[in-house]
Amino acid sequence: MRFKDVFSIIGPAMVGPSSSHTAGAARIGRVARLMFGECPGFAQIQLYGSFAATYRGHGTDTALVGGLLNMATDDPRLPEAFAHAEAAGMTVTIEPGKGLYPHPNTAELSLVSPSGNRTLQLTGTSIGGGNIEIVRINGFTLKLTAAYPTLIIRHYDEPGVIAVVTGLLMGSGINIAHMTVDRRSRRGEAMMVMECDGMIDKDMAERISWLPGVQEVNLLKL
Amino acid sequence: MNFRTLKELAELAEARSSTLGLLMLDEQCKESGEDRDTVFQKMADYYQIMKDAVKQGIRTDTTSKSGLTGGDARRMMTYQEESPSLLGEHASLAMTYALAVSEVNASMGRIIATPTAGSCGIIPGVLISSQERFGWSDEQMVHGLFASGAIGYVIANNSFISGAEGGCQAEVGSAIGMAAGALVDIRGGTPAQAIHAVGLALKNTLGLICDPVAGLVEIPCIVRNGFGSITALGAADMALAGVRSIIPSDEVVQVMLEVGSAMPESLRETAGGGLAQTPTGRQITRDLLQR
Repeated sequence: MRFKDVFSIIGPAMVGPSSSHTAGAARIGRVARLMFGECPGFAQIQLYGSFAATYRGHGTDTALVGGLLNMATDDPRLPEAFAHAEAAGMTVTIEPGKGLYPHPNTAELSLVSPSGNRTLQLTGTSIGGGNIEIVRINGFTLKLTAAYPTLIIRHYDEPGVIAVVTGLLMGSGINIAHMTVDRRSRRGEAMMVMECDGMIDKDMAERISWLPGVQEVNLLKL
Repeated sequence: MNFRTLKELAELAEARSSTLGLLMLDEQCKESGEDRDTVFQKMADYYQIMKDAVKQGIRTDTTSKSGLTGGDARRMMTYQEESPSLLGEHASLAMTYALAVSEVNASMGRIIATPTAGSCGIIPGVLISSQERFGWSDEQMVHGLFASGAIGYVIANNSFISGAEGGCQAEVGSAIGMAAGALVDIRGGTPAQAIHAVGLALKNTLGLICDPVAGLVEIPCIVRNGFGSITALGAADMALAGVRSIIPSDEVVQVMLEVGSAMPESLRETAGGGLAQTPTGRQITRDLLQR
């Protein structure tokens, strides 16, 4: 089921005018920000489909920037996100993208840290009513909705890595609701995304990051 | 959730001797793992935001960022206060409130997506005006929101709720169906009647294109929210009177999916057709781009 619960239908509380173009966009930006872990120095945003055709009137660009500044969908500062970005030292470029795209409302974000040594590429789609799906992270094809506490784990494609991670979650009584895995090549770099029931604390994320084969762990809670 | 279709939703509610609203509240608790009070309170907070939006929309200046729309809810309010409206007091008020919330949305004010922002006027419009008329408690209204959410959950997962995917029939149409079903549920109709209301309402919006002028959630979205509230009241009344949707509501939802999928992209929120591409629609777009 694309829509998980009653609050994906009634809600979110948001600043208008469009749940797909404004609230969904803000959420995509916020997922990128939380994954990145810091305010980017530079953000390149490419918009596709209806996002590209109508972003000015809907404030899609503003909402994405608001999300990158860690604002919620109903943050009253959202309409002035560009001014806040400038104050925070974040440079933003917005342009319509070319080529195929996964959904009529798609945004591709490329973030660079202020120091210039860290980057993140993330593609998100806004599927209606403020709900989103992140479909690509750093070239990996994945799926996450940000509706659950989510673990995003960069690791090596080796036997047992997934088993050890899920074993650790099992030991803490955490149930996995949805999971996707993608890899660059056999025994190459890989990424797994686990949407979980129940809360995951930073401690758990850190313990997972120590496991053999695991490179980096992100804990995402919107 | 323990239901995937409107039929299953109605049958489950009847088997548990429950209303649609109470059933959804219980199902949501199971889904989220949270207790009843927490889940109820979240929806109650949403209802309060809806009431605030109605108040703001009928009293204050709601001119949108584009300057194209705003003030129609106030116009309707003044008109009704001066002389009886053709629709009659209650329907007129539902329409006014729906316009109010949609105008607040267009002016980048705070609203609840029900199910989307483009269709955010209809459910608060009919629920808040009906509460004033019948003296229903806030608790009943919050249950009504859960009922509308249950209906929307089925529509969203079997068809769509966004104009970009399925045209305005998906966006405003879903909201009308959700509002109609919720009204029947609150008014004491059976779950089966509530589901018939959904089918009756959706039939009347099939084929509705999404053609926002200049791509903004303003023209014709705001007035479609106003008109949608009237359709919701009508569908609820028909269902409560015993009128049935002869084509089962789940089949109507399926048709909505088929019609929306067959719609050309130009008529799905791209501003590439319909009202957006009339001479005036194009002129408005040019004027805005030149600013």
